[in-house]
Amino acid sequence: MIEATDVFEAFLPHRGDAIVSATGTAGSHWRDFSTNTSRDISLGGAMGHTTPAAFGLAMGLPDEKVVVFDAEGSLLMNLGVLATIAGKKPANFYHFLLDNGCYATTGGQPVPNSQEINYAGMAREAGYASTYEFDDLEELVTNLESIMQETGPVFVAIKVFAEVQNLPIALRTRRPSRSRMETIVDLQNEIGISAE
Amino acid sequence: MIEEFKKNGVTHIITIPDSETNYLYELMEKDPSLDIIPVAREGETMSTALGLNIAGKVPVCLIQNTGMMEAGDSIRGMALDAGFPLVMVIGYRGWTRHGVVNDTAAKYTEPFLHAFGINYYLVETDDDGSRISSAFEEARATKRPVVVLIGDEYHGFNR
Repeated sequence: MIEATDVFEAFLPHRGDAIVSATGTAGSHWRDFSTNTSRDISLGGAMGHTTPAAFGLAMGLPDEKVVVFDAEGSLLMNLGVLATIAGKKPANFYHFLLDNGCYATTGGQPVPNSQEINYAGMAREAGYASTYEFDDLEELVTNLESIMQETGPVFVAIKVFAEVQNLPIALRTRRPSRSRMETIVDLQNEIGISAE
Repeated sequence: MIEEFKKNGVTHIITIPDSETNYLYELMEKDPSLDIIPVAREGETMSTALGLNIAGKVPVCLIQNTGMMEAGDSIRGMALDAGFPLVMVIGYRGWTRHGVVNDTAAKYTEPFLHAFGINYYLVETDDDGSRISSAFEEARATKRPVVVLIGDEYHGFNR
């Protein structure tokens, strides 16, 4: 098992100019590591739909690498997206899955069959160009550079420790962050996409 | 339909085929200006469309009314809340033109759209085709989803 923060620390040197979207409890740590926030984009809004939105972004910007840090609860809600992505084969798409085995935000309840599901296997059989799975930090660190040079779509499943949140939502501290639209506008300005 | 898409600069059709759109699908496949993105479930069409909209493209969601209802949370969070124009072309399964409705998919289609506050245009024949452009104009002006309800099967012109 790997700490989500270690995943992002390992990924950062290999990010390059990739557009990055991160979802889920583990994904929330990305903001502490990113050094290019104008290429970070928030694509949440409906659970299970961050990855399709990132896929749409990749399809619309074929010359830009698009990286999504997905969460297994979210992926399970929209599992067919693996077939969708594999079917269009976006060469610029990198699908990382931070698998903590539970719904951390709601108190840590396990996702269905969390101990046995093989997400990398599902992505492989759906037809992703390449798939990987890691539960050891050293192995992840060793392979990240080559992974980010591969032709996508690439799927990388990573077992991470759960950070269960038990406080009622009203009592949780919310860190200030840009709204989804703010991240969209910042990215569009960065890349030179007209808003009209 | 395809001419209306081209007139409005559509670049991508995100779709799940249904019983009404077979012939349209065949024609779309042959048109090099349209990139068809088949998805596994209708909710993906709205979220994929958001990504394409951000990228400066012009997507259309093409699905059946049954799938539209399945996609409720995606419509809410990835279309209504998104701030981008989006035309959704929805097959109106069960539409009987104010006749007896035996299909609950038809029974709930317009109340569903009313509940979300989504405006819609009904297209039944070629003569209604200009309503499709009206939907695009309204979507661009409001930066909201607008629906085109298709109240008839697409007819294959070469069959």
